[in-house]
Amino acid sequence: MARGLSREDRQGLTLIGLPFGYALIMLAAPLLMVITFSFWTQNYLDIDRTLTLNNYREVFSQPIYQALLWRSLRISLIVTIVTVTLAFPVAYYLSFHVKRRKALWLFLITVPFWTSYLLRVFLWKVILGYNGVLNSALLEVGLIDEPLTFILYNANAVVLTLAHAWAPFAILPIFVALEKIDRSLLEAAEDLGDGPFRRFWRVTFPLAIPGVVAATLIVLIPTVGDFITPKLVGGTDGLMVANMIQIQFGKANNAPLGAALAVTSMVVVAAISIGIYVAGRKIGGRVSR
Amino acid sequence: MKRGLSPRWLTFYVVSYMIFLYAPVILLPMFAFNDATIIAFPLSGFTTKWFGLLWTTDALHKAVGNSAMVAVVTAVVSTLLGACAARAAARYRFPAQKAVIGFIMLPLVLPEIIVAVALIVMLMQLGLSLSLWTVVAGHVLICTPFSIAILNSAFAGLDQSLEEASFDLGESRWGTFRRVTLPLVMPGVISSLLICFTISLDEFIIAFFLTGTDATLPVYIWSQLRFPSKLPSVMALGTILLVVSVGLLVLAEWFRRRAARRQGKGATSTEGFV
Amino acid sequence: MTAQTPSRAPIIELKNVCKKFDQFEALKNITADIQEGEFFSLLGPSGCGKTTLLRLIAGFEPPTSGDIFIDGKSMDGISANRRPTNMVFQSYAIFPHLSVADNVGYGLKTKKLPKAEIASEVEKVLNMVDLGSFGGRAAHELSGGQRQRVALARALVMRPKVILLDEPLSALDKKLRDQMQIELRDLQKSVGITFILVTHDQEEALIMSDRIAVMFEGEIAQLATPEELYRRPATKRVASFIGVMNFLDAKVTRISDDELELEIAALGPVGLPKSAAPEGVDPAQITKIGIRPEMLTLLFDPSDKAEHEVAGNVVSNDYYGDMTYYSVQLPGQVDPVTISMRNTAGRSIAKPGSPVRVGWGADSVVLF
Repeated sequence: MARGLSREDRQGLTLIGLPFGYALIMLAAPLLMVITFSFWTQNYLDIDRTLTLNNYREVFSQPIYQALLWRSLRISLIVTIVTVTLAFPVAYYLSFHVKRRKALWLFLITVPFWTSYLLRVFLWKVILGYNGVLNSALLEVGLIDEPLTFILYNANAVVLTLAHAWAPFAILPIFVALEKIDRSLLEAAEDLGDGPFRRFWRVTFPLAIPGVVAATLIVLIPTVGDFITPKLVGGTDGLMVANMIQIQFGKANNAPLGAALAVTSMVVVAAISIGIYVAGRKIGGRVSR
Repeated sequence: MKRGLSPRWLTFYVVSYMIFLYAPVILLPMFAFNDATIIAFPLSGFTTKWFGLLWTTDALHKAVGNSAMVAVVTAVVSTLLGACAARAAARYRFPAQKAVIGFIMLPLVLPEIIVAVALIVMLMQLGLSLSLWTVVAGHVLICTPFSIAILNSAFAGLDQSLEEASFDLGESRWGTFRRVTLPLVMPGVISSLLICFTISLDEFIIAFFLTGTDATLPVYIWSQLRFPSKLPSVMALGTILLVVSVGLLVLAEWFRRRAARRQGKGATSTEGFV
Repeated sequence: MTAQTPSRAPIIELKNVCKKFDQFEALKNITADIQEGEFFSLLGPSGCGKTTLLRLIAGFEPPTSGDIFIDGKSMDGISANRRPTNMVFQSYAIFPHLSVADNVGYGLKTKKLPKAEIASEVEKVLNMVDLGSFGGRAAHELSGGQRQRVALARALVMRPKVILLDEPLSALDKKLRDQMQIELRDLQKSVGITFILVTHDQEEALIMSDRIAVMFEGEIAQLATPEELYRRPATKRVASFIGVMNFLDAKVTRISDDELELEIAALGPVGLPKSAAPEGVDPAQITKIGIRPEMLTLLFDPSDKAEHEVAGNVVSNDYYGDMTYYSVQLPGQVDPVTISMRNTAGRSIAKPGSPVRVGWGADSVVLF
């Protein structure tokens, strides 16, 4: 029989060829173009295709872009830490203290996520505003005399809104990791003399680290690219790099610069993600499945 | 069993967390029926006029129609592609399998703005104009990974000997697909359709970047957010969207459970999203 | 379905069938004939290729080389759904979304038979497997044993030329398995269809089969009736695989026209007809003999006599209720031999350490 692909193999390739081809055309090609684009220049509506590093020079030298990138990173990291930290106890509760109907709880946790993201962010704006829900409620009750101003149109609002938005995405991976933990390991630890706190730190948490890493990456990566939240609730202090990218593609008519910004932020995020992943493997990864 | 960390404060924390999660969502119906133009406490009377207002807004109807069209097409195409990929992953061994599947799933971890930017760059270069179809193309890109995630378990759980048995009893390949494979993965297919539909319906960033003159619903909402007087009707709209989305999700979950029961297993928990 | 007397025409002919998976040779040059109407078993340890061979006959994989003929027709290029075979899968492969009746009638529906005919055929065959009232049940309500019968019924109703069974009883518990073995055998006899069974359980093969092909590592070591396999195993490996066998060294001392004389370690000299030598083996090359545990007897009473006798010492015994298995040390042997004795009325059980007389007969000696 001839070497090479059997009929079975060819069927498999055709099957996967469809989605893969689509991804190739719609994702790989555009991404490559973005990278190429970032080396070109735009004058009003004309694109000059001579390769140049000018865009990148601008990104790395101009303080406005530097500040923007740093701030985006800072905010994203804070959001990630806050979200994951707040999510962990919930995942823990769900895994260890809910005996029946876990699926129902999970469903309830994901439901808010399935409403329009745009609306949810907007609702936080409504809640945190000067005349907003929170202030008016507190005024009514008499807890404050004047509306709070520090809660909207700055980085705090961005952090709060995103921590809310990404909550289920953080809870789920941690929950999955916690569920996988063999309960008899904890019983063994207890049998060997560990109290509940030590059991948690020595057994539960290390084994949950892969889930924590997954949750961290799931929250961090899209957050860096978010532009709705900064736009609606961030004010001028809370603007992030995605907003700048949108401006470059829109009003500023400097798409190559926007592309360069996009590529830069992607590279930075990728580098950080790989770092987190590797660190996660080192700390918790020695426990293999 | 394990006498863990005191459940009392943990329970309190979790309940507070759930309130935090649902707080904005509860506001929607609350202020949609509120007889006031300002979204703030105290509440005024009950009214349905904001819903009535929605009924008469033409631009809204157009946007709903556009969104529905985009969502339906996206759902169907994504599910098709997802089924191909899930089936290929379950049945066959092909070179660089992990890398290929990983690449198709890449949009899951890419910020939507990167996807939007990349697509718009390519479209600009190719000289193609933006329209609802470009939005569909973008949506299919990000929905397919979700479809694969859902269909993976449906196809993986399909006992290969079932298809062999059908074949052995004289059925053709197409007949086997129609009588054995499809009925058994159907709940997963429906689940995928519903979820892709919901994602597309709610998706904003790619739609914002890639649409021409026709707005989808989220894009329409965005345009309304600047006008304070329109806010209550936006609330009403949001309430409707909320009810529809939740309804679709309950349906999707019901189908997923039916699939599990049909294959003989108990209703298992977590969907494998990552 | 009426009983048929098995005719002498081979229903399946395997000619030099080979199967390779990448570099791994799963089947090496299999040649065999299977008679119409017989209950044929492929027996061997895991990985020996028996399931691969079954799947080749079914048509799920093509042979790398060689040919398979069913009822005189070459199966080259004929896919599984067009072959006159039907399979009972190891996992039963009952369609979970169909009822029992729809499962059994599945193949008939493909043939586009009228509904009434399908219904009556299904009912007939369900009665045959003792599931008469189960037609309306859902697939997931069935126990393991019931699923197995549904799988069998589904194959039977198609009236194929050959029914292939891939370890159909391995998932059942022991009692059910023993019961099903008898039932399957009786069913095959009454229906008259050729059955090919794959199993790793030698007891199962012995009980159910008309003939057995013992396979090791992709080759048929011996193809024979159960009795022949047990009494005259062709190789030491076959002998150890089927039942228990005691092996002793032996040397041929004299060869005449029709007789062999051997000197067996610990047992002494014996004369055997030349035909006792295994096929294709030069009698002078014989170095080992085998003798089954039940062919060695402990002579308790001084009046008990046997053809040959030798003195031994009991090392240990294992009591099984109806049988006792003894480990007996023979003179000059390092390893003890296994002797089985039925615990008949009045028979004593020899204690470890006690000397015994071991009796044996010449025609229970197997030469290798």
